[in-house]
Amino acid sequence: MNLASIQAGDELRDLYRELILDHSRHPRNFGKLDDATHTAEGINPLCGDKLRLYLRVDEQQVADARFEGSGCAISVASASLLTEIVVGQPGEVALDFARDVIGRLTGATSPRPPAAELGKIQALDGVREFPTRVKCATLAWQALNSALNRQTTAATTE
Amino acid sequence: MTQARLETDRHAPLAALREDFPALQQDIGGNGLVYLDSAASAQVPLSVIEKMAQYQSHDHANVHRGVHTLSHRATEAYEGARDKVQAFVNARSRAEIVLTSGTTEAINLVAQSYCRPLLQTGDRILITHLEHHSNIVPWQLVCEQTGAELVVAPIDEAGQVDMQEFTRLLDDNVRLVAAAHVSNALGTINPVRDIIARSHALDIPVLLDGAQGVPHLAIDVQELDCDFYAFSSHKMYGPTGVGVLYARESLLDSMPPYQGGGDMILEVTFSGTTYNELPYKFEAGTPNISGVVGLGAAVDYLQAAGMSNIAAHEAELLDYMMAQLANIDGIRLYGTASNKASVQSFMLEDVHPHDLGTILDHQGVAVRTGHHCAMPVMQYYDIPGTARASLGLYNNTADVDRLVTAIEKAKQVFA
Repeated sequence: MNLASIQAGDELRDLYRELILDHSRHPRNFGKLDDATHTAEGINPLCGDKLRLYLRVDEQQVADARFEGSGCAISVASASLLTEIVVGQPGEVALDFARDVIGRLTGATSPRPPAAELGKIQALDGVREFPTRVKCATLAWQALNSALNRQTTAATTE
Repeated sequence: MTQARLETDRHAPLAALREDFPALQQDIGGNGLVYLDSAASAQVPLSVIEKMAQYQSHDHANVHRGVHTLSHRATEAYEGARDKVQAFVNARSRAEIVLTSGTTEAINLVAQSYCRPLLQTGDRILITHLEHHSNIVPWQLVCEQTGAELVVAPIDEAGQVDMQEFTRLLDDNVRLVAAAHVSNALGTINPVRDIIARSHALDIPVLLDGAQGVPHLAIDVQELDCDFYAFSSHKMYGPTGVGVLYARESLLDSMPPYQGGGDMILEVTFSGTTYNELPYKFEAGTPNISGVVGLGAAVDYLQAAGMSNIAAHEAELLDYMMAQLANIDGIRLYGTASNKASVQSFMLEDVHPHDLGTILDHQGVAVRTGHHCAMPVMQYYDIPGTARASLGLYNNTADVDRLVTAIEKAKQVFA
């Protein structure tokens, strides 16, 4: 067998960066938000990932964000990063972020440097080399989009 | 080299068969492909691919319809495959072999044509906790339609049906028992002879979901004495989109058609229609002819290899795989029944199976990850899913060793 390629695995290291592993093991803002004004569920039927995102929006601004559920390292880390990024942002900006991140990870838009507030999201860039995992990374952002648009149905990756 | 490997490698004729599978002769990410996902869909040997290509290239026309040469050839090829399947599972008559689109359609056919006219409020269908969704949801649907109740026999920690509970639940209200022959998620071989004997003692018919049974065990439906046996071509080295419902002729005779259309009729007038004889009554519309031809070629392939050789090879390899996996620190095995075939589900520490699957794939090792269309099994163990390595006739100890190396690599990534 090809030991060299097994020892290298740069793409794997790129996917499972320290920041991703840290957020997946110690997700930030994990749990229910009792006074949420907006909420949406994200479901990936392929693998059973299931997240619920809670937002409290005060005067057009995301004042708090939490999430709960279960999923793979990529989907949990992505949701955890999301909750850090959107708090303090106007709702319209958060929606722009959702569109930018989804475009960035799916390759729909060119991977130009993101807005400063989105800097950490570059840690997820490795997922672009793993087409079967892009949906894991975008799941929470789909839910963000649904929640802010007050869609009542669950966001799915299908 | 371990003793287990020496034993397995004695099956030299089977080891050579690996060369028959073009898809296995490729690299994934710079490593030779190790295909351990045959329980989801098995790879197809060249003889099957060529048989289908030959049919499409030279013999294709519609079946049972024309007097011209190609229609005759197509009909011969299609019906010839039915005969091969009949012999393969030892059905009494070719009328008992209904060709479907897969196990799923076969089970839905039984639910809608056998159960639906029969069931009333208070009736029950008895299944087990380790069923695939395709042996759960069709029964839920027909229960909703009729007011009947779906009852589930529990399993134990090893993934074996609790036969004491099964027997307690098996009462005069049960109209059908439906159980997997082999569990797709856990590999458990159910005690189907016991299940059938106990059910028949109360005159209750039994359907076996044989999707995971047929590729790994020699099947004799007369010896099993089951009433329905459903299976899929693509789990047994044939093409997708084809499956089989074996059913006792007396039961098929009593059942109304599943779908209406061409080929399932003798005479159609606007005042009424006379249905065709068995098995055509259940085969409405132009069938998947090339797929059925491929299924026939897959049967030929399996019979040449010998089902008892395959079963012996896979049993040894499964023992080897279970032992090697159990040696890895941080591995938990799911499905440790005393009687198993082909499949081992596992979890590595707190690594989500989806992440594990990606890391294994990156090293060329293909396993299934997730709930394996058996969510109630995952709910029983309170886990989101597992990684599942499943064996086919072409796998060997080197494949298992590659799996172990790849799992060690995953431990490094998540260290």
